[in-house]
Amino acid sequence: MNMQQAIKMTAAETALVDAYTAQIGDLPGDGAVLSLRDTLVHELKTAGLPTRRVESWHYTDLRTLLRAVPSADPSAFADRVDPIVPGSSVLSVRNGQADLKSLPEGVTARSYTESLLDGSAVAGLAVLGSDDAIGRINGGLVGGGLEIALAEGAEFEAPLEIQIAQSHGQAHTRFPVSFGAGSKATVIERHLSTNGDASFVSSVTDLTLAEGADVIWIILQQQGPADTHLGQIRFDLGKDAKLHLVVINAGGKLVRQELHGKASGEGADLTLRGINLLGGDSHTDVTFTLSHDVPHTTSTEIIRNVVFDRAKGVFQGKILVAKDAQKTDAKMSCNTLLLSDEGDFSAKPELEIFADDVQCGHGATVIDIDHTQLFYLLSRGIPENKARAMLVNAFVAEIVEELEADEALVEALEGVISAWLAKHA
Amino acid sequence: MLEIKNLHARIAEDGTEIIRGLDLTVKAGEVAAIMGPNGSGKSTLSYILSGREDYEVTEGDILYNGESILELDASERAAKGIFLAFQYPVEIPGVATMQFLKVAMNEQRKYRGEDELTTPEFMRRVKEAAAELKIAPEMLRRPVNVGFSGGEKKRAEILQMALLEPKLCILDETDSGLDIDALKVVADGVNALRSPDRAVVVITHYQRLLDYIIPDTVHVLYKGQVIKSGDKALAHELEANGYADIIEAAA
Repeated sequence: MNMQQAIKMTAAETALVDAYTAQIGDLPGDGAVLSLRDTLVHELKTAGLPTRRVESWHYTDLRTLLRAVPSADPSAFADRVDPIVPGSSVLSVRNGQADLKSLPEGVTARSYTESLLDGSAVAGLAVLGSDDAIGRINGGLVGGGLEIALAEGAEFEAPLEIQIAQSHGQAHTRFPVSFGAGSKATVIERHLSTNGDASFVSSVTDLTLAEGADVIWIILQQQGPADTHLGQIRFDLGKDAKLHLVVINAGGKLVRQELHGKASGEGADLTLRGINLLGGDSHTDVTFTLSHDVPHTTSTEIIRNVVFDRAKGVFQGKILVAKDAQKTDAKMSCNTLLLSDEGDFSAKPELEIFADDVQCGHGATVIDIDHTQLFYLLSRGIPENKARAMLVNAFVAEIVEELEADEALVEALEGVISAWLAKHA
Repeated sequence: MLEIKNLHARIAEDGTEIIRGLDLTVKAGEVAAIMGPNGSGKSTLSYILSGREDYEVTEGDILYNGESILELDASERAAKGIFLAFQYPVEIPGVATMQFLKVAMNEQRKYRGEDELTTPEFMRRVKEAAAELKIAPEMLRRPVNVGFSGGEKKRAEILQMALLEPKLCILDETDSGLDIDALKVVADGVNALRSPDRAVVVITHYQRLLDYIIPDTVHVLYKGQVIKSGDKALAHELEANGYADIIEAAA
């Protein structure tokens, strides 16, 4: 007898499997896609959601933390909101449905639903490993999204905003995006909730950067206080490709953002920056893996966390340097400003190095507000709550200011941070 | 304006007593110099006056315009017109200087029930005051005190003082680390603020600054007490003979 079948399903596991059963016949896909969906949901049923015994989920016991999953409601539409940076082109996915009306020149896009229906999506639906719970849930239930391609050499002044707005129920989206050689763009992947009702969202983004592509990709997660957000970004960096990946978590009740990438072309460079604004009873996990597969690739990772109330945060960062990947240069740091005795942040940086001529380092710090700085602000007549907010803001604003080439973008992101702090500080 | 009566204070963390029965009165319009050897409690006094929480007052009182300020926090004291120019101005990466100045000015105005400054009015005031103190506009585009030289930091303190228009200005070792040209600029800035309704307390180790900011009264602080008071002649006497005689006479 297979022991796995003995697992008693939790309410959340049952709800996910039921959501699949309820939508059979509606979920798009050709034969291959549909049979893969069956397999993924079967695995979910037998293996269950990951627990702390699964190494990569040790700090986020999804099976315990995910208490309930709202049922899918195909009729629930969220209204489109203004882009975060004025003047952006907006591609939206509302409750899983794609809207392609404002497509700038040099970008081709089609609804991911079509890729599911014609079966071209099937290879990308494979999970990354047996512990890839997000890939499994999303692969089983994905209903829509966008398949986007930027032409070779295409350059854009204004950012492209992919807006994924959700009111309640469930949304499972996918975004395979390819950047042609030498293309240059800023893309904001923005997840937001339009009300306080509970949503369950999974989203997988698959980025491929061809030679010399230069991309700023910003994940702005602003879900509601009752929402579960399971996000995954996969990326593959070609020769001399540059990716500046920024993850901003400013919402959600239970959040996991996975970032899994490969530097597979010489000269590839990743800049990862994370800002986790954590408050209330939320649990937020950022899990990152990067493999430097070839010589002469570089990466820096800086994660800044601000923890209020009873919030819990996790950062797991693993950098792998393959045997042949000589001259790799990688630096990772995770700094936490802990503003509550009841808050908690776990950082687990890891390096696995098989090459012998590399420069790699990592560090993690936990700090409190600097009292000398606080006194300085108070001594100028700034009241304590405001002075604290300024210092907390300064701690994370440095990360955003690195994007100084685009003033409107910096202003918009600083606005998100200060609005969040005004509510929580 | 300022009346310190039998003040006793200690470091909150370890209970070390620093101020031991200090009496001092400074009138409106007066410039009072506080001198004393290292470790006499000069800087501590400036922190206690401005409300730093690392110190505890155990006895005595501090009256400002006739009212005790012991229960007010540092920001309230500042809004009521007490300003400390720091010996070591604090660097705050990530906070823009202009934003800092604007928030400070407007928060003080709000506390006093005044309207906030409009942005053009704010800009005009900063530009004027910065020009007086020979502060380059590029400096104002940096985060608070970040990348400033020692002299630039001190000038930035005086700029803040000029903009915030306090009634009681406390200068803690403002001359330390300044060359003679910078010292003159800073002293001119302070002298420009002298007025019949404003008092200045100059804390200094050396007489040098007092050649440029001429004090009305000079007080010698030793082991947390004022052991001798006089006029500017006392500062010259200290310069010539050192503290030893006065300390001995007081013992």
